[in-house]
Amino acid sequence: MRVSLVFALALLVAGCAAVEPRGTGDLGLVVERASGSLQLVDTTRRVAIGRVPGLGDLSHASIVYSRDGRYGYVFGRDGGLTKVDLLRGSIAQRVLQSGNSIGGAISQDGRLVAVANYKPGGVKIFAADTLELLAEIPATYGNGRRAKVVGLEDAPGNRFVFSLFEAGEIWMADATDPRNPKITKFREIGREPYDALVTPDGRYYLAGLFGEDGLALLDLWYPERGVKRILPGYGRGGKPLPVYKMPHLEGWAIAGRFAYIPAVGHHEVLIVDTETWREAGRIAVAGQPVFVMARPDGRQVWVNFALPDNGVVQVIDTESRTIVATLEPGRVVLHMEFTARGEEVWISARDDNRVTVYDTAALKPVAMISAQSPSGIFFTARAFRIGL
Amino acid sequence: MRINAIRMSLALVICVAGSAAADPVALVRQVELEHLVRHDCGSCHGMTLNGGLGPALTPQALSRKPVVYVTNVILDGRPGTAMPGWRPLLSEAEAAWIAKRLLEGLPDAR
Repeated sequence: MRVSLVFALALLVAGCAAVEPRGTGDLGLVVERASGSLQLVDTTRRVAIGRVPGLGDLSHASIVYSRDGRYGYVFGRDGGLTKVDLLRGSIAQRVLQSGNSIGGAISQDGRLVAVANYKPGGVKIFAADTLELLAEIPATYGNGRRAKVVGLEDAPGNRFVFSLFEAGEIWMADATDPRNPKITKFREIGREPYDALVTPDGRYYLAGLFGEDGLALLDLWYPERGVKRILPGYGRGGKPLPVYKMPHLEGWAIAGRFAYIPAVGHHEVLIVDTETWREAGRIAVAGQPVFVMARPDGRQVWVNFALPDNGVVQVIDTESRTIVATLEPGRVVLHMEFTARGEEVWISARDDNRVTVYDTAALKPVAMISAQSPSGIFFTARAFRIGL
Repeated sequence: MRINAIRMSLALVICVAGSAAADPVALVRQVELEHLVRHDCGSCHGMTLNGGLGPALTPQALSRKPVVYVTNVILDGRPGTAMPGWRPLLSEAEAAWIAKRLLEGLPDAR
């Protein structure tokens, strides 16, 4: 095994002899949702260095990375799970693992990739190296119905945690023995969890609820204490607005002790004190927030919005809790991704077919990359963070 | 590539317009609406309208639903579900046009 690996590496190096060897730490992938392709990007030079086609339906696609930063695992809407080689700029392997999926996660040890499926509702666990199917967890609830799985996150202890939309349940799968994951179920956690996040320290799993105002919190240090409801009734009886796009929680904004969370159906960002898990304020914003993301140093929080306010991005200064900039990166802003140390942020504008790179100190664009209907942007630095 | 796509969808729209001459939705707007259906409705229903968090909107999936019902769901949503009412963003004629197009089947809905 070891010998063959060394041999393979030698071959690889020999094969690439004409090309300067390079690391992947400053690379990333941009999803081109309509054409089912990816742009391979270099964040140092701020350019696209290749396109990878043939990934199927990439609407709502997301990507996690192998711990060596070489491979991206792309979760497509059509159930495709594709392993992309960033160094070769091509597909290494691809399986169609369900009819309809929503996202996935890579385990703490990097050996397992889990996929959340809508149809048939459940989670599948694959070997990260071969994409061999190791386990299947049907999201069965009530009288045998299958729920759509959302908010699948990796957590310490080689666990995967996820939520069942229709069932209002959170399940925790301990994949220490990946062929026989041990499932712990938490019931009646709230109506219609729609997405979730794991705090950067890996301790808390937090699911946003669509069917009611509030969030469900699971302390992964003490799962036996059960799921707690937080921020109940944050809408305070105010009539919620129609929600034209589900907010996202992954990419979670934590700045110091405070978390910044999109308010569903309201033009507000909620501030939560993560020591008490009580509301610590709210900030009025330009529309219904979709992504609320902290710059890695926590000084700023960037927010994009659902239809019809999806042409702007607002920047919140976390110290003063005020909006310090309203930017217009293009028509239909779908995603934002900070460079690992936060000096720049890449923002996709779907209907203008471009990604704009902003300097986060000057709040000015510094580069533009053309891409076809770009949506998610994922940099390899995600490989080293839990819950992303 | 993109220009081709626009040209193609324009051609399609013109074909459709032939069968619905009384439709008050302007051609340019029809192209926008088709884009909206695929990409914005698509964020829940899937870009190919094959379903996602929301149900599939293919002709097969909608087979027994009358145009009026689909139009009303688009305009006023389905209370108790994640389907919002689009009345603030769409006129009744536009919603009806979308409903008809869904029942006929968008080009690559599958």
